[in-house]
Amino acid sequence: MSGKEFQTYFPHSGRIDEANTSTEIDEKTIAELEEIVARYPQPRSAVLPMLHLVQSVDGRVSPRGLEVIAELAGITPAQVSGVATFYTMYRKHPAGKHHIGICVTALCAVMGGDILYDKVSEHLGVGDGETTADGSFSLERIECNAACDFAPVMMVNWEFLDNMTPEKATQILDDLAVGRPVKPNRGATLTSFKENERVLAGFNDGRADEGVSAGEPSLLGLSIAKERGWAAPKPGAAPKEEAPEAKEGSGK
Amino acid sequence: MTDLLTPVLCENWGTEKSWKLSAYLLSGGFSAAKKALKLAPADVVGIVKDAGLRGRGGAGFPTGLKWSFVPQDNPNPKYLVVNADESEPGTCKDMPLLLASPHTLLEGIVISSYAINCHTAFVYVRGEVVHVARRLQAAVAELHEAGWLGKNIQGSGFDLDIVIHSGAGAYICGEETALLDSLEGRRGQPRLRPPFPAVAGLYASPTVINNVESISTVPSIIKNGAEWFAGMGTEKSNGFTFYSLSGHVKRPGQFEAPLGITFRQLLELSGGMRDSHELKFWTPGGSSTPILTPEHLDVPLDYEGMASVGSMLGTKAMQVFDETTSVVRTTLRWSEFYKHESCGKCTPCREGTWWLVQLLRRLEAGEGQEGDVDKLLAVTEDINGLSFCALAGGAVACVTSAVRHFRPEFELGYTTPAWESFPYERSAVFIKDRPDGQSEGGRV
Ligand SMILES: Cc1cc2nc3c(=O)[nH]c(=O)nc-3n(C[C@H](O)[C@H](O)[C@H](O)COP(=O)(O)O)c2cc1C
Ligand code: SF4
Ligand code: FES
Repeated sequence: MSGKEFQTYFPHSGRIDEANTSTEIDEKTIAELEEIVARYPQPRSAVLPMLHLVQSVDGRVSPRGLEVIAELAGITPAQVSGVATFYTMYRKHPAGKHHIGICVTALCAVMGGDILYDKVSEHLGVGDGETTADGSFSLERIECNAACDFAPVMMVNWEFLDNMTPEKATQILDDLAVGRPVKPNRGATLTSFKENERVLAGFNDGRADEGVSAGEPSLLGLSIAKERGWAAPKPGAAPKEEAPEAKEGSGK
Repeated sequence: MTDLLTPVLCENWGTEKSWKLSAYLLSGGFSAAKKALKLAPADVVGIVKDAGLRGRGGAGFPTGLKWSFVPQDNPNPKYLVVNADESEPGTCKDMPLLLASPHTLLEGIVISSYAINCHTAFVYVRGEVVHVARRLQAAVAELHEAGWLGKNIQGSGFDLDIVIHSGAGAYICGEETALLDSLEGRRGQPRLRPPFPAVAGLYASPTVINNVESISTVPSIIKNGAEWFAGMGTEKSNGFTFYSLSGHVKRPGQFEAPLGITFRQLLELSGGMRDSHELKFWTPGGSSTPILTPEHLDVPLDYEGMASVGSMLGTKAMQVFDETTSVVRTTLRWSEFYKHESCGKCTPCREGTWWLVQLLRRLEAGEGQEGDVDKLLAVTEDINGLSFCALAGGAVACVTSAVRHFRPEFELGYTTPAWESFPYERSAVFIKDRPDGQSEGGRV
């Protein structure tokens, strides 16, 4: 070693784990992959949902998964791999039964997401991108999940756990660990990472009717308007005026 | 004078099973689609044009005008692609809309597809929201059963299918041409324009790409008329829209109001800042729009108003921060976001965002070196205008605007860690600390 060897800032290979060749993909999976292809005008468009389906079976993007997708999409496994490694939701290593995401983008981080992440990481004993030894949980620092008015936000298997606190989060993890049912704030009772990946692949699980219509913050403007009798004008009755003046209370 | 809030799209949210077709029909749903299918497609485009609806995905391009660019003599199929990627930090309006009332969007898709002569429409939904995908998939199935999708819908002779497509975690796929590459099963990287998607988009065919809120607004315009819509808002920013408040306010949430409402008015509606704290800075339209300060409380929140103070209306996502917040910390976090989400296609953005993060990290840690703030600005100049797509502009704007308003705080990073100047736990607000004490622990 001369001490002048090239040092990369990207020590971890971005590739999928080719050493782990285990797979659960079978005839049924392949038939379902074909169903996905049939939804699109061109087969290659099915690559993203097909990768979700592979993850629903193997918990990650497996080498076998790459092969079958390549064949159905009419491209090479290397091309599928190039796509898979571009998107953060596709995993190189198996997710836990439950995949935990904590939002650490600016707004959530400031509102408590950083504290939340540290507590959850400590509680599970794993860090960003890692899976617990028993395979129950994987953890990820995630980016803004379009729920900032519910900050700080935790996602479990990509379901919303809103207005999270460290206490609530650890309770949820403990409940999940012993198989107690947990309902997200806006979504369907938590099942598993794999089952939800199936939904993302376009195979509905018939649970759209679970959960609420909207959380409180989503309804805030509507409820204020109702209270004060505010509404959009009736058609045919709205001459345009200047922008509402600042400080004008009710516009009526 | 129009009322301060004008709930239209959110009017049916929160009602019993509001996401079901039966509930949507009870609230008058699909009457606009019925009306549209009896008009000539060009007349539908004309109404949306006259209404002056501008795209709600951030850029504010006139929607009807975009539709009119679709060359109807092109022999290829025409496509409508709805952008439901909603990933701009702070933006949180499309997902609640899709959870509460997916049929509002789907009715908009029926009308818009008819207008541009499209028979296969796509909804590209960000991947990290399973329940939204569930509700959309179920809603599409309901419409097939009710004869609102498929062949010859409602006996009109018009055929339409809608494909719900889940993404896989890449902010850049919200950029419309990257979205198209992603939908074609590739890495999501922006395309060179021209050709514009209206001419050569998905599968090199004429394609209209619109935001969820834009398309969801269409049924109300068809139902109530262009004049009704144009009667709300300001001179060049017509109609109503969602304003989303998050952060250190008493009650964060969604407000549907005519364009031109001010931040002061919205702040009042959300109960003001949390008790004994004051406003420090805010974003008008997500993290890619230059931050503003209390000085800008009374500027109308429309396209022109925001431009007049050097910012942008963007996605109308107001992230609100009080005086406990370190602006160096938030700028770093946003920069980390852009660094992570840079698609890597062009060097100034790929490398530049990396350098921004390095500089900001040492400023946050109080280990900055004399001249680092100027270096930070120099890096933004190497990125700005030299990059391929608008992601880079956002990455730059959040840094330059923060330095413009709070330069001394960045310079404090030469000597003092941000977490000492602004102890981070003081900014955290777990819900039990909220003055209105909303049900701590009660909802999970
Ligand atoms: C980096 C980047 C991310 C974007 N993300 C979104 C998004 O998530 N949703 C969206 O509707 N538009 C997004 N846009 C804007 C789109 O490119 C496009 O302008 C918009 O979808 C057009 O629809 P509209 O005219 O109805 O607004 C993004 C743009 C950029 C540059
Ligand atoms: S500016 Fe950034 S995100 Fe846009 S094409 Fe270049 S590298 Fe990709
Ligand atoms: S910043 Fe966390 S959900 Fe938006």
